[in-house]
Amino acid sequence: MLRLEARPQPSKALSIASPLIALAITVVVGVLLFALLGKDPVKGLQAFFVEPVKSGYALSELSVKAVPLVLIALGLAVCFRSNVWNIGAEGQFVVGALAAGWVAMQAGPGTAWMGRGIVPIILLAGVLGGMAWAAVVALLRDRFNANEILVSLMLVYVADMLLAYLVYGPWKDPQGYNFPQTITFDAVTKIPRLVTGLRMNIGVLIALVAVAGLWAFLFRSYRGFALQVGGLAPAAARYAGFSSRRALWTALLISGGLAGLAGGLEAAGPLGQLTPYVPAGYGFAAIIVAFVGRLHPVGIVFSAVLMSMFYIGGELAQSRLGLPKALTGVFQGLLLFALLACDTLIHYRIRVGAKGAAQ
Amino acid sequence: MNEMALLLAATLNAGTVLAIAGLGLLINERAGIVNLGAEGMMLVAAIAGFATAVHTGSDVLAFAAGMGAGLVMALAFGVLVIWLNTNQYATGLALSLFGAGFSAFVGISYTQQRIGDRMQFAVPYLADLPFVGPGLFRHHPLVYLTVLGALGLAWFLYRSRAGLVLRAVGESPESAHALGYPVRRIRLLAVLSGGALCGLAGAYLSVIYTPLWVEGMVAGKGWIALALTTFATWRPARVLLGAYLFGGVTMLQFHLQGEGVQIPSQWLSMLPYLSTIVVLVLISRNPNFIRVNMPASLGKPFFPGA
Repeated sequence: MLRLEARPQPSKALSIASPLIALAITVVVGVLLFALLGKDPVKGLQAFFVEPVKSGYALSELSVKAVPLVLIALGLAVCFRSNVWNIGAEGQFVVGALAAGWVAMQAGPGTAWMGRGIVPIILLAGVLGGMAWAAVVALLRDRFNANEILVSLMLVYVADMLLAYLVYGPWKDPQGYNFPQTITFDAVTKIPRLVTGLRMNIGVLIALVAVAGLWAFLFRSYRGFALQVGGLAPAAARYAGFSSRRALWTALLISGGLAGLAGGLEAAGPLGQLTPYVPAGYGFAAIIVAFVGRLHPVGIVFSAVLMSMFYIGGELAQSRLGLPKALTGVFQGLLLFALLACDTLIHYRIRVGAKGAAQ
Repeated sequence: MNEMALLLAATLNAGTVLAIAGLGLLINERAGIVNLGAEGMMLVAAIAGFATAVHTGSDVLAFAAGMGAGLVMALAFGVLVIWLNTNQYATGLALSLFGAGFSAFVGISYTQQRIGDRMQFAVPYLADLPFVGPGLFRHHPLVYLTVLGALGLAWFLYRSRAGLVLRAVGESPESAHALGYPVRRIRLLAVLSGGALCGLAGAYLSVIYTPLWVEGMVAGKGWIALALTTFATWRPARVLLGAYLFGGVTMLQFHLQGEGVQIPSQWLSMLPYLSTIVVLVLISRNPNFIRVNMPASLGKPFFPGA
């Protein structure tokens, strides 16, 4: 009989090994799945783990997916560490893209005097849009005690509808043959690219700065410390005089702002216009990224790259192996599931034998 | 007049999906477990039920397949949460994310499929009454069974010994454990019942209500069902009432569109989600009211001997 025994100290080694074990489990299941579907597992694994990192072009495409995931997951890590369950980052991403897109649409002869200076304003608008959407969650939680999980999630659907309303209605491109899309943003609004010919843009640098900033905030600042005490031990935080309301607002504004920034980078970067397809599920995938990255800024970089490989692998599996792209979602969900199971080993040992035998 | 009857009928129909899932989640939460995976379970059950209906043509088998799918997913969730002590919120989210991906993956070849003409149901004699006939008495039997189920659940929770034990496990697992009740097994049973009911709701959605399969077709109904349990302060009859209320809000948007009301359809589509938020705010605004009604150990892990 197997049973669990609590470890006196959480195991540090397993805390790092757990994501790797979970990845191994996911790969094994993946191989089985490919075999079951009558596809060559080697080709399948290649699509997911080799092709996405094979060339400069592939790496650039990888960065296009990884940047929003890193930014959103950083914010979620702050939330989850403070025990604030914001699962509506997808909505904050969309509203960020809306706000940034609105600014980008104003670009034209009238704004020519500021030249490329409009790009920072676009991104700032994205941040503010995301923050505003998250602030609704914070306000309703703070003032009315409404469950932040459900409110933030409901706001995802509301944000999607808002986007649909705008691109089907007032923001529709008059010359767009009635397609639900805005005008293509002026070239001056384009997020600067790092290498000509590749889609990789300065979002990569922004994400790296955010990683460093969040690391300093979480592990080297008083506010960050207070936030995490509140998450781990609410009673201790109250005794120390750390305000739980302040933690709630800080966590939600940071994560909303980062998700909005990701939305702005996406709208003025790879998309270049707003369509009903702005929400690509980054806000939900980032939840997995945050957990697999151990809610640690550096870990999040690695897990975001991994998750981006899943995205690109899914697209390749569709074009080359004729498998549905939704395979990505299956593997992402499996990874989180396996990770949570493996995480048990951080706090517990598996003992073989009947209860009492070891005592 | 006739239109109002149709609106009433549609409300009951839409409310039934929410009610079945909401009652299942109520059982979970009465045992102290929050399962955020409702949306994922409903999605997988919806495709399982729809695929079964396509291949066999049998609604009963489709319901069974949906319940089975919900059961299997709830089992995975239950083992992780109850035996491996994983975080309930994170595990439930994992279930929802996995369910969304898995159902889209499996369902890809079913998006264009149709299932045969749905049977028409009518309660003898009563269905021929004016207004109330088409409004109340021409539904799938599951609509009436759901009402009975809610009443049965209320009886179970408040009038039976097993129900008392279930509530004890949700209020104070330590005390129930000290009295010798197998807390973890009871919690698993509750999680499995919840999963089966969410599965039934998902299958009803894709086989009877729509009836077709579209990726992501549950569209937040699992989350609204979760909100329903809070709205209902964890009472079965109020879950039923709340479900019809939300069903009515959902149907109202189509009704208003049909009436030619000059509001963009997207604003109307926001209604169910916005009203969920409003209702949550209204019901949660008094923290004491929630604290009195909420199962005291909701969301807290229980590890005997720790």
